[in-house]
Amino acid sequence: MDVFIQTIVSGILIGGIYSMIGIGMTLIMGVMGIINLAHGQLMMVAMYITFVMAHFFHVDPYLSLLVAMPALFLLGAFIQKTLLNPLIKVESILPENQVLMTVGIGMVLTEIARFIFSSDYKTVKTSYSSSAIFIGKISFNVPMCIAFGFALFFTALLFWFLLKTDLGRSIRATAQDSEAATLMGINSSRITVITFGIGSALVAAAGVLLMPIFYLFPDIGGAFTLKAFVITILGGLGSTVGAIVGGIVLGVAESLGATYIGMGYKEMVGFVIFVLVLIFLPGGLKRLTKI
Amino acid sequence: MQKKTIFWGVLAVVALAFPLVIRSPYYQHLVIISLMWVIIGSSWNLLAGYTGQVSFGHAIFFGVGAYTAGLFPIHLGLSAWWGMLTGGIVSMLVALFVGWVCFRLRGPYFALATLAGGEIVRLIATNWESLTEGMVGILIIQTFKSKLPYYYIVLVLAVACILVIERIMKSKWGYYFVSIREDQDAAESMGINTTLYKNISLLVSAFFTGMAGAFYMNYMAFIDPEVVFSLHFISIMAILVGIVGGVATIWGPAVGAFIMVGLQETFRSSFFGLAPKWISQAHALAFGLLVIFVIMYLPNGIVGDWATIKRLVFRTRRTAG
Repeated sequence: MDVFIQTIVSGILIGGIYSMIGIGMTLIMGVMGIINLAHGQLMMVAMYITFVMAHFFHVDPYLSLLVAMPALFLLGAFIQKTLLNPLIKVESILPENQVLMTVGIGMVLTEIARFIFSSDYKTVKTSYSSSAIFIGKISFNVPMCIAFGFALFFTALLFWFLLKTDLGRSIRATAQDSEAATLMGINSSRITVITFGIGSALVAAAGVLLMPIFYLFPDIGGAFTLKAFVITILGGLGSTVGAIVGGIVLGVAESLGATYIGMGYKEMVGFVIFVLVLIFLPGGLKRLTKI
Repeated sequence: MQKKTIFWGVLAVVALAFPLVIRSPYYQHLVIISLMWVIIGSSWNLLAGYTGQVSFGHAIFFGVGAYTAGLFPIHLGLSAWWGMLTGGIVSMLVALFVGWVCFRLRGPYFALATLAGGEIVRLIATNWESLTEGMVGILIIQTFKSKLPYYYIVLVLAVACILVIERIMKSKWGYYFVSIREDQDAAESMGINTTLYKNISLLVSAFFTGMAGAFYMNYMAFIDPEVVFSLHFISIMAILVGIVGGVATIWGPAVGAFIMVGLQETFRSSFFGLAPKWISQAHALAFGLLVIFVIMYLPNGIVGDWATIKRLVFRTRRTAG
């Protein structure tokens, strides 16, 4: 029983971080209607920023949130403005050329990272990396709890932003109907740039929070891109609440899979859920909650 | 004689005589690999370019074909050449299931579902050690020492693949495929069974990709899940071959295959030893930059936008002269 509860607890904790990755993706998805296949690679960039800050300037990983998030916001906005938005005007047979473009961007980011840092595994060790709090027989890993707390904070902040500010309302309007939003005087291409920036900043935060517990190498992005879109499909495309639930479900499912089926199949659990959702619940959790 | 007939005649003679004239195994190997990519790229193009279902998971069919061939010597004690008869068929069976799941989705979601499918199959192949030997991979002994037989086998396959696709695209099926790509709902309302024809396109595509996989097993004599089910080196490479050459053109993927393999090799060998060693690590970077460039400026690929390229080159020449 203790093993089971422990598994659930660590699943929920990691699920908080997954949610943040998923929310960034689902925001971009909702506003632009494209899936950003460079999402994990953007996270990888944020992780390298944290690594450089910690390794060369001895900055605490959590402080580098202040550097990584703005940096990734700018990077994301830059990508959207110079590479993705111009594509709307390009005539092409395949409608998916924006998605293919994100694949290209992801490759370039990965290879630049490999160029600078080589393929070696990097870690950021902190004094509290492996410390844990015990409640009964259940251990709570400290960095994971901090990460979970930050994830809650950023999610709440994002909700406040989307629901209460003008810019947030414009983003939601563009997501619902970009033509109508344009007619109401919203500059929708500017909104896409900002949204891509926010999505990138959120995934950057997830990357920074993962850094003390995880290891880092250039190809790590691909795995997290896949997780991000499993979460988005699970939660329902474009649904922020769905992404939060989806992230936690994925975290718990992976954790259960690793404990009861075997470490080798941990990655596969997510994909199996993905296929099951497609078959039995197309539209994801959004269909159940209607949010 | 017509100009066209002469062109094809010369091309045929060059293709047939190539390994007899160029004796270097290195260049023969490059052309064999390029021809293999012609098959994969053309099959990807049938599904993605003509039918509009962009697949990010062609490694599924390639890997299944390769493993079908590889499992004959491991489990049945038969030659891996049996895979050349069965690899395509087994790939088609897998494609039936893939189609059943993935064709519930459209556009980018289809792409992502196939991408997930590819990763699932890779993980199964890695973890199901009693069947596939897992990460150890499958090693067999090559049947022929010379590269000549392999060259002609893959040449026949590639020509067959292109001819079949050309025939299909000139038939009623071809028109159905294009109509599905252009507007699926309109096609449906015109009485086209879109699910059926999407599946047909997928099956043909999977068949040839599976054959290419079975050929790869016989030719390279070693496979492991990381190689044949690789997202980057198979699935994405198939897309690159397609879009660089030109989607929805018969010869686009063929041109793309030679360009991509050539580019990969140029970088891998550091511009044939001329450039500093670190260049060899940059081949994936070059791929990424090439994709960005092609999507931005040549959205229909080199063959599709040939007229534009010719005009640009012509104009720059004239201003230079």
